[in-house]
Order: sequence, then structure tokens, then C-alpha cells
Amino acid sequence: MSKLTLKTEGDTHLVVTRRFAAPPEAVYRAHTDPKLVQKWLLGPEGWTMPVCINEARPGGKIRYEWSHPKQGSFHITGEYVELEPHSRIVHVERMHLPDPTPENHVETRFDPDGSGTLMTMRMTLPDAQTRAAMLATGMERGMEASYVRLESMIFDWPQSQAS
Amino acid sequence: MSTKVDLDASFAALADPTRRAMLARLALGEATVNELAKPFEMTQPAISQHLKVLEEAGLVVRRVEGTKRPRRLAQAGIEAMDQWLAMLRKALEKNYERLDEVLAAMQSDPIQPKERKTR
Repeated sequence: MSKLTLKTEGDTHLVVTRRFAAPPEAVYRAHTDPKLVQKWLLGPEGWTMPVCINEARPGGKIRYEWSHPKQGSFHITGEYVELEPHSRIVHVERMHLPDPTPENHVETRFDPDGSGTLMTMRMTLPDAQTRAAMLATGMERGMEASYVRLESMIFDWPQSQAS
Repeated sequence: MSTKVDLDASFAALADPTRRAMLARLALGEATVNELAKPFEMTQPAISQHLKVLEEAGLVVRRVEGTKRPRRLAQAGIEAMDQWLAMLRKALEKNYERLDEVLAAMQSDPIQPKERKTR
């Protein structure tokens, strides 16, 4: 099982790859069945997804709402563009923070890889600035917990003063 | 001692999403203040203030070119962005570790039809 890769491509793309020990049929289903999506698409510890609308058909709606006891809540909305069971999903999404971010166009492929699946998720943003802003702000909510952990790891000495 | 101070400053600088966005933009190459300000609904002084924090943290350096002062990432800024991307990768990996568990449960769930052996 190889680890996740995350890399930028050109000025406007962001590509994520990950291998899974399950066939493409199963990985595809885990991306399109709201009951399953709700179990894993949660980001760091403490976040839940109380609302998960996922209408897996062309033109179908996507709405994910995340909530955290201390860090509040936010949501994304989107629409499905194309679905090829069980190999490819194309959708658009935007985050509401609360103003909607520019649209992120996402193509997710599920290719057989031995007895498992290689997933390739290719995000396309309208321009370089938007991609930079997304990397820095849009994904920030999901990042907060890891960030706080790393910070406390690095500042592992007595504080000289409280401010 | 100086390492501690640098870490302190660079973390304070990274704690703000606007400043992280500026670093991510500068990772693409040199940019003017106007170009950096473009994606944000912020006044020029607010943008300049963020840039000042980044410069004082040693993450961003400026160059003089006529009346322009284009900024670029300093080595520390490149390292800071690498670190940020590593954290982002970690948060994504958390999702997919949970998905691994969901997939394992799907395969052993007797209610679900078994995957066909022939195809």
C-alpha cells in the first residue's frame, strides 16, 4: 500500500493519488453512497458530517456539512457532471466560508491496481491565484487540528510569558 | 537560540490564511504587491502589513526594480510551504485511512453482495 501523493501540476491543477486494498467497485461506492461518505470524509479528529447529500447522477447535487464542537462548521456544495461506474467521477464543488470560493473542477479516477485500486483525483482551479488561495485557506479548516498538534510539538518548552 | 526565534516568527507568520495564500502564490514565482493582493478583498495597507510579517519572519524577500518591489520566497519560505503541504497531506491521509476501514468493513459485511469472482 503506497502512501498518498499530493502535488501541484502546471499553474492550476492539484493532483492527489492513493492506493486502496479494495476493487474499484467498492472504492467508487464509498465515494457515491452518502452513508459511506459520512464515515470517512471527515478530516482531522473531532469533525463530523451531520449533513451528507450525494446524488450520484449527472446534474445530481452534492452538499457536505462539517461540524466541530469547538471550531464551528462549514459546508461545500457541488454538482455531478459525469459518472462512469465504477471508474470515473467528474464533479464541481465550492466551499462556503461563508462566501463561496471559485469552483473547483474535480475528476476522480479509479483504476484497477492488482487486486486493489489506484485512485487519482485531479483538481482544476480557475487560475494560479485561486489554487494558491485554496491550498492556504479552503483546506485550512480540515488542517487546523494537525496544525495545532505540530505547533504544540515544536513549542514544547515552558512559555516565558502569557500574552 | 536563533533557531527558536526563527521558528517562532515563521509559525506566527504561517498562522494566518492570507499569509499562507501569499506564500503559495510566491511559490509559483516572483510577484508584485498588486499581484499578491489580487485574490483578496483587502486594502493595500492590510496586504502590506501581511507582507511585512512575512519579511520579518525571513520567509519573503524583496528586490528593487525601478519603482517596483517584487517579492519572492526566501529559502525559509520554501521550507515553510513544504512543511505546510506535508501537513495538508497528513490531513488527507487521515480521511483515506478511515476509507481503508470502511472498505474493509464493506468486504466483510455479509449483508452486502460479494464482489463477483469472474468479470
